[in-house]
Amino acid sequence: MNELLMNVVDWSRAQFALTACYHWLFVPLTLGLGLIIGVMETIYYRTRDEKWLATTKFWMTLFGVNFAIGVATGIILEFEFGTNWSNYSWFVGDIFGAPLAIEGILAFFMESTFIAVMFFGWKKVSPGFHLASTWLTALGAAISALWILVANAWMQYPTGVTFNPETMRNEMTDFWAVAFSPMAMAKVFHTVTSCWALGGAFVVGVCGWMLLKGRNRDHCMRSLKVGGWVGLIGIVLTSISGDTSAVVVAEKQPMKLAAMEGLYKGESGQPIVAFGILNPAKEVGNNEEPYLFDISIPHGLAFLATHNFNAFVPGIEDIIAGKSQDLQGNSMNTMSYAQRMAHGKAAKSALAQYNAALKIGDSAALQEHKQVIDDNFQYLGYAYLDDPKEAVPNVPLTFYSFHFMVTVGGYLMLFFVVLLALLNKPKWVPEKTKLKKALYWLAIITIPLTYLCSMSGWIVAEVGRQPWTIQDLMPNKVAISDLSAGYVQTTFWIFAVVFTALLIADVSIICKQISKKSQTDLNVVEKK
Amino acid sequence: MTHEMLQNYWWLIMSVLGALLVFMLFVQGGQSMLANTPRAKRPLLVNSLGRKWELTFTTLVTFGGAFFASFPLFYSTSFGGAYWLWIFILFSFVIQAVAYEYRTKHGNVYGTRFYDALLHINGVVGPVLLGVAVAGMFFGAEFTVGKENILDVQAATISRWGPLHGLEAIASWKNLLFGFMVYFLARTLASLYFINNIDDEEVQKIQHRMLLVNAIIFVVLFLSTCAVILTSRGVEIDAGGNAMWSEYKYLNNYIDLWWALAILLIGVDLVLTGIIKSLLKPKFRSGIWLAGIGAILVVMSLFWVLGYNHTAYYPSLLDVQSSLMLANSSSSEFTLRTMSYVSLLVPFVLGYIAWVWHKMDHKKITQAEIDQAGDDEIY
Repeated sequence: MNELLMNVVDWSRAQFALTACYHWLFVPLTLGLGLIIGVMETIYYRTRDEKWLATTKFWMTLFGVNFAIGVATGIILEFEFGTNWSNYSWFVGDIFGAPLAIEGILAFFMESTFIAVMFFGWKKVSPGFHLASTWLTALGAAISALWILVANAWMQYPTGVTFNPETMRNEMTDFWAVAFSPMAMAKVFHTVTSCWALGGAFVVGVCGWMLLKGRNRDHCMRSLKVGGWVGLIGIVLTSISGDTSAVVVAEKQPMKLAAMEGLYKGESGQPIVAFGILNPAKEVGNNEEPYLFDISIPHGLAFLATHNFNAFVPGIEDIIAGKSQDLQGNSMNTMSYAQRMAHGKAAKSALAQYNAALKIGDSAALQEHKQVIDDNFQYLGYAYLDDPKEAVPNVPLTFYSFHFMVTVGGYLMLFFVVLLALLNKPKWVPEKTKLKKALYWLAIITIPLTYLCSMSGWIVAEVGRQPWTIQDLMPNKVAISDLSAGYVQTTFWIFAVVFTALLIADVSIICKQISKKSQTDLNVVEKK
Repeated sequence: MTHEMLQNYWWLIMSVLGALLVFMLFVQGGQSMLANTPRAKRPLLVNSLGRKWELTFTTLVTFGGAFFASFPLFYSTSFGGAYWLWIFILFSFVIQAVAYEYRTKHGNVYGTRFYDALLHINGVVGPVLLGVAVAGMFFGAEFTVGKENILDVQAATISRWGPLHGLEAIASWKNLLFGFMVYFLARTLASLYFINNIDDEEVQKIQHRMLLVNAIIFVVLFLSTCAVILTSRGVEIDAGGNAMWSEYKYLNNYIDLWWALAILLIGVDLVLTGIIKSLLKPKFRSGIWLAGIGAILVVMSLFWVLGYNHTAYYPSLLDVQSSLMLANSSSSEFTLRTMSYVSLLVPFVLGYIAWVWHKMDHKKITQAEIDQAGDDEIY
C-alpha cells in the first residue's frame, strides 16, 4: 500500500513539475516582452514615428504566439491543484483560493479583454486607447504573477492563518500578512524582474541573429536599446531582490539554504561555494567530505544569509540535530527534527482525540485537546515522517541549480552592461569583424542560457523545499488525491506528448515569423 | 454579514460566473459549426469568435478559481474525484487556446486543418462535458467525504471517489442529456452571435438556417432536462445539519423560492423571444442579447434552486451525509468577507468588458476587413 501511495505521489509530483516547467517556458517572456512592447509603443505614441510602430508590431507578433501557449499551460496548473492535490485543496483552500480568485477577477479579465484590442484594435480604436490596452495587458500579466506568487510564497512560509480542528484545515486570519509576507514580497520582485531580464535577453538574442544575417539594422538598434535597458534594469533588480530572498530563506527555510550550498555542517563566518563539485558518496550522517572540489569565498554565505560576516549558518546535519550558534559563537539549541516529529505526533494524536470528542460533544475534552493542538500544530507535518532524513531535499539538484542560476545571473549583468556600452560606443568593436560576429553569436546563445537560468530559479525554490507541499505542515504524501498511479501516469504521458507537440509548433512559428519578417523592411508598417 | 449570509452571497457570485460562462460558450458552439460552413466563409466565423475566445477561457478559469476560494471542499472533491471528466474538459480547452493563434501562422507544423479540428473538438467536448459536470451537482456523484482521513498517512485523502473517477459521470444518461442541452444552447447562441457580429449575406442565410435547427433541438432538450430535474430527488438539510434524500426537491425549491421561478420564466421567455424574433425578422440582429441575457437568468435560477433552501448542491450517491452543502464546504467567514470586498470589483470588470466589446464590435466584421487585414491582425 505504502509503495503504491508513493507511486501516486511521485507521478503527481512529476505531472505538476512537467506542467509547471512548460508553463514557465512561456510566462517569463510574456511578462518581459509585455513591458518591452509597452515601452516601444509609448515611444511611437509620443513621436508618431512609423519606424517605432513597425518595431512594436514585430515584437507584438512574437508576444501573441507565446502568450497563447502560456494561457494553455496555465489552466492545467490551476485545475491540477484540485485534480491531483485534492487534500491540499481542502487543507489550504481557505488561503490559497483567495489569491487565485483575485487573480482571476483582477488580472485575467484585464489581460483577456485588452489583448483583443492590442492585436485587432489598430484600426478600430484611437492610438491612445490602443496604447492603454497594451499597457493594461502587460499590467494584467504582472498582477496575475503577483497573486500566484503570493499564493506560492504562502506555501513556503505559511503565515496569517490559524488551524481549525473542527474543519481540519487552515483558515485565514490576516489577509495582509498573507499578501505582504516577506517571502511573498521577495518572491514577487525577484521573479517579475527576472522576467524583464529574460525579455531583454530574448530581444537582444533575436536582434543578434538578424544582425548576423545583415537584416534590418535600424530596427535592431531600436530594439536593442529598449531590450538592453529593460534587461539590465531587470537583472540588477533581480540581483537585489535575490539578496533579500536569500535572507528570507535563511530565516524561514534554513534547510533549503543548506541544500542550496550543499552544506552539511555549518560554522561561524561560513564561506560560500563559488564553484564546487559535490561528493556523490556524501549522505546525512556519514563522514564523507561534502565536496570533491570547491572554490569558496570566505564569510560569503554568512553575509549572504544574514548580512553579517561572522554569523553562524547551520548545515543540514545541524538543522536536523537542532544545533546552532549565536553571533558570539556560543552554542545554542533549536528544535531538532526528532523533537519536531514528537510535537507533530502530539498534534496529530490530539486532533484524532478532538475529533472523537466532537462526535460525543465532550466540551471539556475539546478544550483540552485544542490546547495540545495549538501548542504543537506548527510541527504537524513532521508527524507524517518516518525518519528525519525524509525532510532533506534533493541536495545535488538544488545545489547545482542554485549555482547555475547565480553564475548565469552574474553573466547576464555583464552581458547587458557590455551591450549598452557598445550601443553607446559602436566604434569600440567595428562591424564585420570576427569579434562582432562572436558577440552576435553570444547574444543568440544567451537566450537559452537565460531560460535555463530562470528555470533553475524555480527548481531551487520548489525542489529545495521538499518534501513539503506546505512548509512544515503538509508533506506531499498527505496532499494528494485518491487516484491510482496508473491514472496519473497515463495523464502524465498525455500531457508530455501534447505539450511537447505544442512547444514544437510554438518554436517553429516564432522562428518562421522572425525569419520571414526580418526579410521585410521593418522601418515601415506593412500595409495590405 | 454572518457566515451564512456570506455563503449565500458567494453562491450568488458563483451563479453569476456560471451563468456568464454558459453564455460565453457561444464561442464553443460557433467552433462546432465551422465544419458545416463553406470553406470561403470560415475565416469570417473564426475571426469573429477569435476576438472572444479569451473571455470564455478567462471566465472558466475565474469560475474554477472562485469555486476554489469560496467552496474549496467542492474543488477538492469534484476535481480530485471526477478526474477523467475534468481532465478531458481541460484538454479540450488547452488545445483551443493555441488553435486560434497558430492556425494560419507560417511554420505551424501541423497545418490549418489540424488546428481547425482542435477547435471543433473543443467546440463539442467543452460544452457537453461542462454540462455533464454541472449535471452531477443535480443528480449526485459517487463520493464520500471524511475529514478525519487526513490523520491516516496510509489513506489520507479526505474526498474519495469510485474507481471510475468521473467516467461513470460521463456515461450517465441524465448527465449527458444536460450536457447536450448545454451544447445545443451554445450552438443556438453562436448562430445569434454570428447574425449580430458578421456583415455577410451568405453567412446570415446559413446562420438563420442553423439557428432554426439548433433552436428546435435545444428547446426539446431543455424541456426534457427540466422535466428530469423537477422530478428528481435532491438532498434536503434539516435544522441539525443532517442530510436526507427528498423527492421532488428541486420542484419544491422552485415552489418555495418563487423569485427563482420568476427569474427562470423571464429567462426562458427572453431566450425564446431572441430566437423567434431572429427567425421571423431577418433584419433583427439583437437576438444574441435577448437570448444571452435570458440564458444567464435561467442558469442563475438553476444555481439558486441547487444551493439555496436547505439543499445540498452536490449530493453523494454513496453516503448522503457526505453531500456538500453551502454550510459544510465553504471557506471561513474571514476569507469570504475578504473576498467579498474584491467581488465589489465584478461590476467594474463587467463594465469595462462591455465597453471594450462595444468599441471593438460596433463595426461588424466583413469579408473586406478580413481580406485587407495584415497577417497579424487575423486568425
